[in-house]
Order: sequence, then structure tokens, then C-alpha cells
Amino acid sequence: MGKKQAGTGPLSRRPDNSAFKQQRLPAWSPSLTANTVLPTFYILSLVCLLLGIWLLITVENTHELKVDYTKAETCEECFSLRKSAIDSTTACTCTVSFHVPKTFPGDVFFYYGLRNFHQNLRRYMDSRDDAQMVGRKNNLKTPSSYCAPFDYDADRNPIAPCGAVANSMFNDSLTVMYNPMDGSKIQVPLYRKGIAWYTDKNVKFRNPPTNNTFPLQQAFERTTRPLYWQRPVYELDDTDSNNNGFINDDLIVWMREAAFPNFKKLYGVLNRAQGPFTEGLPAGNYTLSINYNFPVEPFRGRKELVISTVTWFGGQNYFLPIAYLVTSGLILVTAVVLTMVYVKVGKKGKNMEE
Amino acid sequence: MDLSSIRKLITRYCTGEESWVDSRTVYIGQKEPPPGTEAYIPQRFPDNRIVSSKYTFWNFIPKNLFEQFRRIANFYFLIIFLVQLIIDTPTSPTTSGLPLFFVITVTAIKQGYEDWIRHKADNAINQCPVHVIQHGKVVRKQSQRLRVGDIVQVKENETFPCDLILLSTSREDGTCFVTTASLDGESSHKTYYAVQDTKAFNTAEEVDTLHATIECEQPQPDLYKFVGRINIYLDREEPIARPLGSENLLLRGATLKNTEYVHAVAIYTGMETKMALNYQSKSQKRSAVEKSMNAYLIVYLCILISKALINTVLKYAWQANPNRDEPWYNQKTETERQRHVLIRAFTDFLAFMVLFNYIIPVSMYVTVEMQKFLGSYFILWDDDMFDEELGEGPLVNTSDLNEELGQVEYVFTDKTGTLTENNMELRECCVDGHVYVPHAICNGQILPGAAEMDMIDSSPGVDGKEREELFFRALCLCHTVQVKEEETVDGIKRGIHQGKSTSFYISSSPDEVALVEGMKRLGFTYLRLKDSHMEILNREDEMERFELLEVLNFDSVRRRMSVIVRSSSGEYYLFCKGADSSVFPRVVSGKVEQVRARVEQNAVEGLRTLCVAYKKLTHEEYVETCHLLNRAKLALQDRDKKLAEAYDVIEKDFILLGATAVEDRLQDKAADTIESLHKAGMKVWVLTGDKMETAAATCYASKLFHRNTQILELTTKRTEEQSLHDVLFDLSRTVLRQHGSMTRDTFSGLSGDYQDYGLIIDGATLSAVLKPPQEGTSNGGNYKEIFLEICRNCSAVLCCRMAPLQKAQIVKMIKTSKERPITLAIGDGANDVSMILEAHVGIGIMGKEGRQAARNSDYAITKFKHLKKMLLVHGHYYYIRIAELVQYFFYKNVCFIFPQFLYQFFCGFSQQPLYDTAYLTLYNISFTSLPILLYSLMEQHINMDILKRDPTLYRDIAKNSLLRWPTFIYWTFLGVFDALVFFFGAFFLFDNTTFTSNGQLMATNTQMMFGNWTFGTLVFTVLVFTVTLKLALDTHYWTWINHFVIWGSLLFYVIFSLLWGGIIWPFLNYQRMYYVFMQMLSSGPAWLSIILLIIVSLLPDVVKKVLCRALWPTTTERIQNADKLYKGHLSEFTPLSSLHAPPVRKHDRQGNENQNHTHRRSDSSPPNKLMCTYWGGRSDYCTFSSLLRIGENTRFSGAAYAYSTPGPETSV
Repeated sequence: MGKKQAGTGPLSRRPDNSAFKQQRLPAWSPSLTANTVLPTFYILSLVCLLLGIWLLITVENTHELKVDYTKAETCEECFSLRKSAIDSTTACTCTVSFHVPKTFPGDVFFYYGLRNFHQNLRRYMDSRDDAQMVGRKNNLKTPSSYCAPFDYDADRNPIAPCGAVANSMFNDSLTVMYNPMDGSKIQVPLYRKGIAWYTDKNVKFRNPPTNNTFPLQQAFERTTRPLYWQRPVYELDDTDSNNNGFINDDLIVWMREAAFPNFKKLYGVLNRAQGPFTEGLPAGNYTLSINYNFPVEPFRGRKELVISTVTWFGGQNYFLPIAYLVTSGLILVTAVVLTMVYVKVGKKGKNMEE
Repeated sequence: MDLSSIRKLITRYCTGEESWVDSRTVYIGQKEPPPGTEAYIPQRFPDNRIVSSKYTFWNFIPKNLFEQFRRIANFYFLIIFLVQLIIDTPTSPTTSGLPLFFVITVTAIKQGYEDWIRHKADNAINQCPVHVIQHGKVVRKQSQRLRVGDIVQVKENETFPCDLILLSTSREDGTCFVTTASLDGESSHKTYYAVQDTKAFNTAEEVDTLHATIECEQPQPDLYKFVGRINIYLDREEPIARPLGSENLLLRGATLKNTEYVHAVAIYTGMETKMALNYQSKSQKRSAVEKSMNAYLIVYLCILISKALINTVLKYAWQANPNRDEPWYNQKTETERQRHVLIRAFTDFLAFMVLFNYIIPVSMYVTVEMQKFLGSYFILWDDDMFDEELGEGPLVNTSDLNEELGQVEYVFTDKTGTLTENNMELRECCVDGHVYVPHAICNGQILPGAAEMDMIDSSPGVDGKEREELFFRALCLCHTVQVKEEETVDGIKRGIHQGKSTSFYISSSPDEVALVEGMKRLGFTYLRLKDSHMEILNREDEMERFELLEVLNFDSVRRRMSVIVRSSSGEYYLFCKGADSSVFPRVVSGKVEQVRARVEQNAVEGLRTLCVAYKKLTHEEYVETCHLLNRAKLALQDRDKKLAEAYDVIEKDFILLGATAVEDRLQDKAADTIESLHKAGMKVWVLTGDKMETAAATCYASKLFHRNTQILELTTKRTEEQSLHDVLFDLSRTVLRQHGSMTRDTFSGLSGDYQDYGLIIDGATLSAVLKPPQEGTSNGGNYKEIFLEICRNCSAVLCCRMAPLQKAQIVKMIKTSKERPITLAIGDGANDVSMILEAHVGIGIMGKEGRQAARNSDYAITKFKHLKKMLLVHGHYYYIRIAELVQYFFYKNVCFIFPQFLYQFFCGFSQQPLYDTAYLTLYNISFTSLPILLYSLMEQHINMDILKRDPTLYRDIAKNSLLRWPTFIYWTFLGVFDALVFFFGAFFLFDNTTFTSNGQLMATNTQMMFGNWTFGTLVFTVLVFTVTLKLALDTHYWTWINHFVIWGSLLFYVIFSLLWGGIIWPFLNYQRMYYVFMQMLSSGPAWLSIILLIIVSLLPDVVKKVLCRALWPTTTERIQNADKLYKGHLSEFTPLSSLHAPPVRKHDRQGNENQNHTHRRSDSSPPNKLMCTYWGGRSDYCTFSSLLRIGENTRFSGAAYAYSTPGPETSV
């Protein structure tokens, strides 16, 4: 009657009696009970509260000023001139005056802000050639097809830098004049370099190889400037020849596409080497003079100058402190409710805890 | 002639029984029959090549790809991939192509490897040499060259290369022994018979002279059915026709034993052998979890499509403003401008689909498959389910159903061999009302000094003595038992070690062995079958020889078997033994009443009873009988039916001799297992072919019925008195009255005053109930519904007298009833296969009746008691694991994709992806895949021992409770909430503020701007951390592996991001991620916001958990709390965790032990009058948690007691 398996000893097939195979590994089994959760909640609430207050104080100490110059004062005229995007040949300058009520202490940052400019449209974002910008020669002559229709001009000359992003680079130049009480006019000195990421400036953006006998202009030979640009890429900065080509700071800043249609980008940093600016930007009247080039009317946009001081924590950002404070309050409320539930459902709760 | 053949063709195609009706002619030795006898029509048969492989070298790639893309998910991803290739889409084709390629490749490699193994195995088999007789010589041939009609010589211990008809053997009597272990798992030796007229052809030369043809049916998969005819042309005369049956057919895969060689002729070769036909794949079963997963998928697909639609519509609405459609800074190319707006819209729609397609991740399928496959190893590895006696553990034949084990609502169990041990012992026999009890047998071992028998009644007279001996002889002769000598037997076998004679009885039916062994103890020893003479040793140690003339084999329809023998004195006897119901009607004389009374009494005690009857035949009667049988046996068509008719004619007018009672003991812990299943909320049905009384007794013993169970009977006995209609309505009224007076709550069913019902139904009544309603009768169709209604209200149902197909019918009926419950069928024999295949989960028991059940099952175990751990522990774990896996997968992809959806509102619906390509690709594959996989392999929300001890926990997960729509919606909304937090948190941080990096990185001390990639990376970082920490919150069982994987994958994310952004990757045409991650990390606000956002997104889930736990705790959560509590206290008071019993418990313990004691007695030596006497009231039905609550007022020790009892395993 025996119908047992022949051969092999009966125990040879016995599985290992290891903790893993028997699912008996030593384990820690936490569970979310009142004992563990409530104290955590109260502590968390307190921590968030303290952080929130501290952040709030920090933010309170930052200053920010926005000057919308889209069609303010004399810029009205330029605004109407730039209504059509293509007409970029005639120059137009205008001035806007503004008042700084309080001294901006320390480092002061100057930004240009754009509203309603979608740098995050997919085709726009893709319309660039990082390989070209990193200085690869092949890509300089044959830009990526993503750049279309900004890859070649009408004569099939490759465009450098190609693509819609570079093509639409912000090209207003802003000059801020300080008008102290004495009636003089002092130009606010700005660092216009060192405003891009170090890695972008030194690694991600590279010019095609040059040397003493082979200047930048030659490297860009047989390429043409983007359609909307007034000057070629190797002449972007006439004051500093090392700031030309793809490693131009303004270009790099522009090429880092903003996440949302309203954004601002760093234009310059106050040079506190001299004059009344050693302590920061003094209170008083200022004039902003603009080389008005960038058309915003076609997309119903606005342009502005933003002057701001920053702390370790960034610019004037009320979101984080408020968020922390709100979270703290929420956690506190929940914790109190939970405590009440535990007290009310006493027996059950007690039964569980004791 | 033509007309008839056409008609035959038509009927054949109409009935679809082509292979049944058709027959083939085989020319033995490929020789033409003598001219003039019959037309020689050479038929073409396949060669003997076995092809188990699916692919060839050439068709592997197309065929495999085709098979893989037939899966709807793969096809979906292929479509997405193709769309990405064709149109200009936001993400590169790699993001979906790479994972798809990975999945497809891995699957293809796995399948290819498996197929390669199969090819190798096939080749080994196909090329192994066989000996073929050609022109009087033995020739070696490759197995695959074998053709139908070839005469094959097979030596001892060789495996048959194809299906063969046995012509002659080395044994004189023309028999050979075969084991079919590899076919049906039965390792017993079966006897096969050579054709009587050819058994003399012994040498190769002789065999070669044979002129014969074989006509037989076309191949069919039934291993035990074969009909055919051999025509032997001895001279130029009419051929001699002989019937061929399955006893002449040697099956491919079986092995020749105890026989030096055989000659046989090939009739079915290659893929037409019965073995090959039997390896056809079974229909795939799908688990309930898979079904809900598919439902969720459809929901998500709808979400996906509606998202894409909404965005497309909004895009065109947004672009309706001419300033926005094509601003000067983002001009289109000429070709784009010329495209028709509808085409553009459609392309946009597809692009949005592609952008959001990650909501249904490829990796989910892979993870689920891996989880199932790897998870099933825990069953294989389980030491508790390893059977030392058999040396085998459980088997997992399919891992697709792991979680279904946690969902079972109905358990259908076979009785014999499943609930009972199928270890038969003759307990008593009753001859004309005198009862004999062969004593003192224990597990097949004979205790010394106990060979005499007990007479209960007064000693029988001389006449009685004669009857008594006839009875014993009848039992010694009427069987199909074989005797095996010790040395020929491999393995450990149960046998009779008595003195020098070391031989074993082997039979396909354990009852027969028990009877023959019992007879041996009573003085009549069956020695052997030699030259068709059965030799028995009677009490005086004299040899008696009976010539075995005919065997009327047992079948489950007749439920009896007979033999016709001729005694040495020349008298013809027909002995018959069979079930009482099939023997009594055929009895004409004998002490029917006494025997019937005894039989019924025995049956009530749970013994298997058989009645023995005989009749004497005169020579004329014998000849007539022989004629009748032969005619039936020779029939090619409907042979079974004709045989049955012949048997019916032959087996009648018996004289009743007596009855036997064989005991089949309950399996170890069968009662405990059934009780646990009951407590776990499952309904247990016993389906058996046994008779009602026996089955009912077993049910009482196994605690399926309790003393206070009200038994409802739906049997032929009752339906004879009343019409079926009335009985059914009566019963349903009884049941429903009870039902109406109580609440619907299932748990209240456990309270003490609840009257529970047990239903007994027999096969005949069942078929009446299930009979399709006859036209004209209005209420006929309702029987099934009423019956179901009654069943639903019964805690236990016993179906007796079931034919195998009826078992499957019942399972199907319950399966398709309106609640669609999940069914499980468990059985050990071939008769259970149909129900095992029918049920949602089929479990086979590797028992004594061969491996057929185990082979056809989804899982195979060695003992019924293992079912408890299988369902309550493994099933429970698998279910909660996979439920979390499925929900979590959808959740994490909502979190992943919803921010991307929101971002479209800010980027002019331009399909700009929020995350970098690498993140899109790797999110599901590597950043978040391992923690959930490991969770779904390791998680144990409750300790294994508690699960085993408290079966009521199983109710917590019943009815797919963790995958109901509310839960699903909760998870989805949690995902949406988290996504909102991630996105808008980051949005407000970026929007209109000077969110900058500190610029400490690489020494430039300025405040730098962040772009959109930083934004995406910030969201993504919060996402990865939140999603992983959410899983961490859900994890209850933190092993080092969980720690390693959870923290490891977070670390991996960080390291990957650092690497990904740290290099200008030469092969990429964009460098958008360069230093983005580092710049972000160098910024204080980024850190602050990441922490804040993670906290905020996790908060609601934590609060929900804590609140639910406090206000509406599930049993599971109560136990978790209590478990913690207990452990804490234990370590406080008793430093040794092994100290399980506080002294206070002593009293309880004692009570327990008493119960244990009685119980154990019942296990080891069941009393003659059993009937559950140790059913300990109803208190045991209270749940674990209620025990806790009792403990609350008394002392802590009360609670401790609840945990430290040995548990219901042995008592309560």
C-alpha cells in the first residue's frame, strides 16, 4: 500500500529552517498609536511654529521693490514702437523714475521681471542645442533639428546660438541712476558678471575652441546671429571680451528657462566698492533708463525691474514662513482633536493604551 | 456505402466526437495482411517525436513577441511606444520603450530558457535508443524514428517509448508489471496482460512471424480507457478477433518492472500518446485580486483618457486667443502651420496620452508577477507544512492564486483520504449477524498475542461455520490485490511483517488491502495469484486453490465488484462485494435484516461498510455468463455501456453472506482545522461518495456538525415520502424562520443562542434539484434558488453519494450563485480532480490514491491540517500584501503624474513634462520599486502565531475587503492630495519670489536663479520621499531587509541624482539636469520646503490611521495593539519570553488539559461510539478581542492568558 516517493532520503527535501524562509526574521513592529503619535504631533507643531517665526523674522528683514516700466512714463512711446515684434532696427530709449523709501542694506540684487512670457512651452524649451552651446564644432555648423524654425536662416546659414530660446533673449539694457537730494546723478554700479551658475558658466556653456591667432569671431564664421538679435553672439558684451560668445552671463541666465510664465531673472548685483553704495542701496529717488527693445505687447506681457535684498534664505518669500505657521497650527489642532477623541472614547482608548 | 459514410461524417462533425467514433488500423510489423482478407490502406501517423517545446529556433522571436503582446498591458505599452516613435511627443520614446524592452526581454529570456530546457529534454527523449524487431532481428533505433506498427522490445526498468499493445512477455502467463509513477503518481505495480493468442510469440524471430492488425479508437486523453480489437491471421482463414482493453495497453511514460522483457506493438506515437495528450494546459484561473486590479486599471485608463481630453480641449480654448497660439518667441515651422487643425488636435491628444501614460506603469505587472512568483516560495519553504512521514512539503503548481487563499468563503472537501487518513483497518465483520472483531491492530502493526477473535453473539452452529468460512474465502478471493515480495519493492511500504513471509499486498483500493489483511488475521491468508489460480491458506494451514475465471471490476457507478472462480472441486462461485445499497437489492436470501441493522449501526459509527454476497453457478450458467461478458468486451463502440448491462444481468440473485466494516481514521487535527475554518467564516462542505451514515459520522467526528446542530435532511428517503417540492419548501421555511429572527450580522452568528443548521443531501436528490426546469411546471426552476437559500443558512453541508462530476457541479453552482463566493476544493483522489479544476482554488492532497489530484491542483499539500496554515496564515499574508501592493502602485503613480497634469495649466498645455526623462523612466523601475516589492514579500501585520490561533481574523479580509471601491477611492484621493501639496507647495515657493540658491556651490557667492528643471526636481524629490515614507508608515514588520531597501532606495535616488547631474553626458543632446540637483540642495529654502511638504502630505494619512484605530478599530488593529501590550508586559514581569504561562492560569490550564486529554484520546483511539461528546459549548466562539475586553476589568493576567493558551489548536 505504501505509495511513498522512492529514492532520496525523506529529509533531503526538507526546507531550511532559517528565519528568513520561515518568515520569522526578527522585526520591529511599530504601530501608530496615541502613545507615539500624540507627543510627536505636539513636538512637530512646536518645531514648525518656531521655524515659522524665525523664517518670518528673516523675511521681514528683506526688502523688495518692483518697477513696472512696460508703458510707464516715457516708455509709452517705445511700447507702441515695439508692438510688432519684428521691428527691432530703430532704437528706443526711455526713462522711468522711482523712489526707494528705505535703504536696502547689504548686497542688493537687480532683476528684470517678465509677466506672461511662457518660457515653459514645450516646443520653446526644446528649441535649443546644448551640444552647440557646449562648444562642439559639428553642432555649431549643423544645429539640432529641435531648433527649427530657428536653426538656419533663409540662406541656409546655421544660426548660433540656434533655437527659439536664444532667439528671444531679453535684450533691454537697464541703467539705474541715483538722484540724491543734491541734484546730482550717480549711476548705480552693477556687477554684470558672475550672475550665472558657476557650473553653467564654466562647464555647460563653452565657446568653440579659440586661441590667440584664432579669435572668437573666426570660430563663429559661417554662422549667423539669431533672427531677433541686433548683434552676433561674439559681440554681446563690448566691455569685456571674455564675456562673449556662449559664455555670456546674460545669455546663460536667459537660457535657464523659467518654470512659470511670470518670472524674474538676475540682471546684476550692486557693486558696493564705492560711493554712497558701500552700505547698500540708499533711500531716495532713482531713475531707470531703458534701452527698450524687448516687445511684450504681442503676448500681453509686462516688464519690470525688481530690486531686492536677500538673506541666506533667499529673497522676500512669505510663503515658507506662512506655510510653516499654518502647518504648525494644523498639527496642533489635529493633536488637540486627537487628544479629545482619546479622552472621550476613554474606555476604548485606555484599553488600548494601558 | 457512400451514403452511410457521408452520414457518418455528418454526424461526426455535428456531434464533434471525431476522435471517439473514428478508429485506426495498425498493421503489426508494418506487414500487409494476407491478400484477400482486407484492403491494405496504409495510414499516415505522426512519428514518435515528442515536442513539448513551444518554439523553434526560427519562430522564437516572432512567436514569443506575439504571445507577449497578446497581453493587454504589454500591448498598451507597445501602442504608447509606437505613438512616441511616430509623432512629436513630449517624452522621448526611451521612457516607455526602455522599460517595455526590459520587461519583454526578461520575459523572453525566461521563456526562451525554459524552452531550451524543454528542447534538451525532448532531444534526450527523442534520441534515446529503443529496440525494434525488424526481419526477425533486434535493431536499435532512435526513439523518434519509431512508427506506428513497429514491434518494440522493452527490457526491465525501461520506460515505454510510446503507447503499446502488449503482445508477449518473458513471463509464462503473459503478464507484466508496470509502474505508472510518472503518469499518475501511483507507484504500485499494476499488472498488464498480453493478448492471449500472441503471448506464445516469445523470441524476436517468433514475433516477426506474427501477422495481425489492430483496430482501435483514435487517441484520446483518458489514461484508463481504451478499446480496440486485434485480428490475428494465423492461416489463410478468417482472422481471430480478440478484444483489447486498457489492461493490454502500455502507456508511454510507465516503466516496466519485475519482467525481463516484453514485446509490444506501437499504436499511438509521439504527440498522440496518452501522456502527451494529457499534458495539455489547464484553463487559467484568475484571482479576485486580479479582477479588482483590472477594474482599477479601467478606471485609471478612463482617468488617463479624460485627462488627455480635458487638456486637449483646454489647449485649444487657451490658444483661441491669437496672442497665445503662436507668440513671436515660439514660432512654428511651415509644415506645422499647414497641418489641419483636427490632425493637430489628435496629435496633441496622443501626446497628452503619452505624457500621462505613466499612471499605468509597466512595472506594476512585473512587480505583481515577481511578488507572486517569489512569494510562493514561502509556502514551499514552510517547515510547518513539511510532512516528515512522506518526506515532502507542499507544492505550488501556480503562483497566480496566492492571494486567493486569503479569500476563501466555501471549502469543499473530499472525505476519504482528505478528512480521513485513508489508512484502512478492518474493524469487524459480521456474518449472518455474528460479529467478529480482529483485534489489536495499530497502524498496521500487529500487537503480539492477539490473533484470536471476539465473538459477540453466541457461537454459530455447523451451518454457520460453513457460511463463515465461505465468507472469509469470499473476501480472500473477491479483490484485485496483488502480492509483492519484499525485495521487489522499492521504498518504504506498509505491509505484513509476519515471520518469514515478507510480502505486501498492493492494490489501487486501500479498502481491499484492509480486508485481505483482516482476513489474514482471521486465519485466511491470500498467498498469490499463480497461473490464474488464486491460492489461499486456510485456518488449518492448508492450501486452497481457486481458478480465477472472470473479474467484474469495480466502478463507481455500480459500486460493487465481483469475481467468478472455480474451486478445486469444480464448483463455480460468483463472489460479490459492494456498497450495501448496491448489494441489498440484488440479494434473494440470507439474513438480510440482521446484516442491514449491523451495517447501519457501523455506518453511524463512521465505519466504511461493504456487503459480501455470493451465488453458485452451474457450468451452463457460467458458459452463458462468459459469453455475455465476451460479447460486451469485444464491442468497439459503447463498450462500457454494454459491459455495464452485462454486469447488471450477471450480478443478481445473490445470497447475502455478511458485511465488513473498515475504519478509516480521521486525519491528525482534522477536527481542529475544520473548526478553525468555521471560525474564520468559511463554510465547509463535505462532498463524498460514501454513504450518508458513514459520512455523517465522520462529519460529527470532525466537528463539522455539532451536537446541537440541527440536521436537515434532503435525501431520497425523504423525497420518497414527500415530493421534492414540499421538502424543499419545508426546509427553507425552517431555516428562514430562524434567519428572520436574528440580525443579518454575520458575527452574531457566533453568539450562543444561534441555532445552526447542517444539511445533508445525497447525489440522487441533488441531481433532481439541479435538473433544469421542465417546461410547463412553473416552480421547477426555483428549486436551485431555494436550495441555495437553504445552503446559505447552513453552517455545514454534507453531500454524500456524489459522483465525481456531481462534485464539480456543486462547486460550480456555488461559484456562480449570486454572491459569487470564492471557492476552494480539496481532495486527494482522481475523483476529486473535476472539482479541484472547477473551484477557484484547487488543493490536492498527496495521499495514497496517487498523484492525480496533486497534479491537477493549484497547490498540493500533504495533510488536511496544513490547510489551516495555508489559508489562515499564508493566504492572509498574501492577500494583505498584494492588496497593499496594488493600491500603493496606483497611489504612487497618481502622486507621480498628477503634478504633471497640473503643470499643463501653467505651461499653456504644451505637454511640457515636469520631470526629466531619466526620472520619468526610472521612477517606477528603480526609485520606488524595491520597497514595495519587499514589503509585499515580507509584510506581516500580525504575528503568524496569532493568525493561527485566532481564525476570526480571517473575516477581516473576507470578501476582498481591502480592495473595495471606498479603499481604492481613499488611496486615489490621498494620491491627488499629495500631488496637490507637492505641486502647489513648490509653485508658491517659485512663483513671484526670489527662490534662489545660496550659491555656495563652486565658490561664486551670488544668488542664482532656478529654472523649470529645478522645479521639477524639487517636486520629484518630495514625491520620492513622500511615497517611500508612506510605505514606511504602512510597514508593520521592519526586518533588516525592509530597512535596507527603504533607506537604500532613498539613498539610491540621491546618489543617482548627484551622478546624473554631475556629468555632461556625451550621448545626450541636452544637458538640462546638469548640476540642477546639487544647486537645489545647496539652497536653504529647498531643504525647508522639502521637509515641510513631506510632512504635510503624510499628515492626513497618519491622522486617518490614528483616528480609525481609536474610533473604529478592526480586529486586526486591536490585536496589534494587544500584541504590543502583551509583549511589553511580558518582558516587564517575566524576563524569559519562553515563560508562557503566568501562575494564575493554573486552574484554567487544568480545565484545558482535561479537554485536551479527552480530545487526544479521540485522536489516537477513537471510541466505538463516538459522536462528538467533547464539544465544549459555545464559549469558544467568542473572538480573541472579546477575550481581551473581558480581561480589562479583571486583571492583566486575564489578557495574558488569552494569548498564552496553547490555543484552539488542541482544545476549546
